[in-house]
Amino acid sequence: MDVRVSGVRKEFDRFPALHDVSLDISSGELIALLGPSGSGKTTLLRLIAGLETPTEGKVFFGDEDASLKSVQERNVGFVFQHYALFRHMTVIDNVGFGLKVRPSASRPSNEEIRRRSSELLDFVQLGGLEKRYPAQLSGGQRQRVALARAMAIEPRVLLLDEPFGALDAKVRKELRRWLREIHDKTMHTTVFVTHDQDEALELADRVVVMSQGKIEQIGTPDQVYDTPNSPFVYGFIGESSSLSVRIDDGEVWLADRALGLKSDAPDGDAALYFRPHDVELVDGCGGCIAGTVIASRRVGATRRVELEIGGAAERVEIEIPADHPAREKSRIAFRPKHWRVFPKV
Amino acid sequence: MRHELPQPPQAAAGSWHPATTESRTARFILVSVALVFLGLFLLLPLISVFFEAFRKGPAAYFAAFADHDALAAIRLTLLVAAIAVPLNLVFGVVAAWTIAKFEFKGKAFLTTLIDLPFSVSPVISGLVYVLLFSTHSALGPWLKSQGIEILFAVPGIVLATVFVTFPFVARELIPLMQEQGTTDEEAALSLGANGWQTFWHVTLPNIKWGLLYGVLLCNARAMGEFGAVSVVSGHIRGLTNTMPLQVEILYNEFNTVAAFAVASLLALLALVTLVLKTLLELKYGAELAANGGH
Repeated sequence: MDVRVSGVRKEFDRFPALHDVSLDISSGELIALLGPSGSGKTTLLRLIAGLETPTEGKVFFGDEDASLKSVQERNVGFVFQHYALFRHMTVIDNVGFGLKVRPSASRPSNEEIRRRSSELLDFVQLGGLEKRYPAQLSGGQRQRVALARAMAIEPRVLLLDEPFGALDAKVRKELRRWLREIHDKTMHTTVFVTHDQDEALELADRVVVMSQGKIEQIGTPDQVYDTPNSPFVYGFIGESSSLSVRIDDGEVWLADRALGLKSDAPDGDAALYFRPHDVELVDGCGGCIAGTVIASRRVGATRRVELEIGGAAERVEIEIPADHPAREKSRIAFRPKHWRVFPKV
Repeated sequence: MRHELPQPPQAAAGSWHPATTESRTARFILVSVALVFLGLFLLLPLISVFFEAFRKGPAAYFAAFADHDALAAIRLTLLVAAIAVPLNLVFGVVAAWTIAKFEFKGKAFLTTLIDLPFSVSPVISGLVYVLLFSTHSALGPWLKSQGIEILFAVPGIVLATVFVTFPFVARELIPLMQEQGTTDEEAALSLGANGWQTFWHVTLPNIKWGLLYGVLLCNARAMGEFGAVSVVSGHIRGLTNTMPLQVEILYNEFNTVAAFAVASLLALLALVTLVLKTLLELKYGAELAANGGH
């Protein structure tokens, strides 16, 4: 099922949570809504589900205007951050709930509901736990029950709010891979919300980066990582370092030196962004960035060095090979391999 | 082979004791004060009720219930509770639902309003109805012309009881429902359940113990209410006397045995309520713990 969000604005008590958001999701895609807290990602998810109504704009499922429909009519599978399992029902009753509450005309028989719930529990690898109560399950198991419950209603779209937020790191990684497998088997159109960039980049077909109620960038994990289109995306996804520079006639200048980097940004003050690990060290300096080492830390296979550029005015972090001595007060010169210049606003 | 476990220092060896434990003397004094207080102010009066009721033997005790007026009082009390408690059950759930699950203007005011019956003297609560419905009030003449009797009749007693016992169910449910939030309901709705199914299958099971607890307290107060009911009842024997009022009348007539016999019934009700409440708390506590307080 294609999902189209078109020009949606949402205000809570006059406080805008989303400004004019548009998003096209094609059938069978796995989409991540990624952003810091307060970026509006959960609000967008709840708008698609019908748990919130937009102040302006529309949501389409296929060609049909879903904004006119209630959450019950939209037939979406929603997995809540803390699962929201019904604590007084057994696991199998939780999974079968969506079928049990159907109007009698479309409700399967009791045996049919049991059979399908059982099948789904096997599918999420929880066979044998039918009679347990949610309180008797681990966090990862509850998460899978919640997913099975959402899938039981044969949803047109699967929506997951911070699906791994409440789990510990190890379980989180396992479930991440497992969710990808589930998606590849069922090919549900799936949207999930996360603030964890690793999760978004590893799992999603496309990542929607959000900040302050706006979409900053939509793209494949490679696109948003390799060619971030704003300082925010550069800073939020992966690590980044930035330097204040000046653009003059297509050349990037750091203080009074040309760096030998070309830019088509307009003349004036700007910021140069690059990845700390994506630099090459150079000897001697004709068109490079040079600085004094003020701190050096060994992090795993590399060494992370903080440099003071141009007499305490600015500090940047770069990663260099671990065998580089990088003594304090020594000089290091480098040039970013990939970089982008954004005009200062 | 036996291992010698290191022994904690003996009390005899010094005045050592865990940091959170008081000394023996202090413990003894504190426990005694609490027990003496409980005995004097709670247990003794309760025993004396039954003692007085049985002073002239079981025959006299049971004779007290054969009295026409006493039976009428018991019936009336049961009737009033049977109307007031279900009404407050419904109102309480609705009010708690509204306050806990929705945001709206005047919510704080409504919350305070629910507490009003607790903060106003019951006598005032009764007087309010007298002022509203008496023949000198604005409504009074109209009611009279329609032949509707409220004051000094059963409807007045029910109204006063409903007013006084209103907060019990709502007060019990509001914090519970606020803590539980709305995600369970949202989950049910997203799975296609309608409003009624959501309430019946999801909300109600989540609040059932709190609800029962509130109903028990509400019932105890509905049967035992004196002040407000006394003002609106008119004390017509065999017609508008509830059990507490009947006790007062019998006592004022120096019919001590009968007064205490009826009182013992009320006390018995209180005891049953307490036992049920304790049982519920045991159950309730275990269930809350099983759900990880979540």
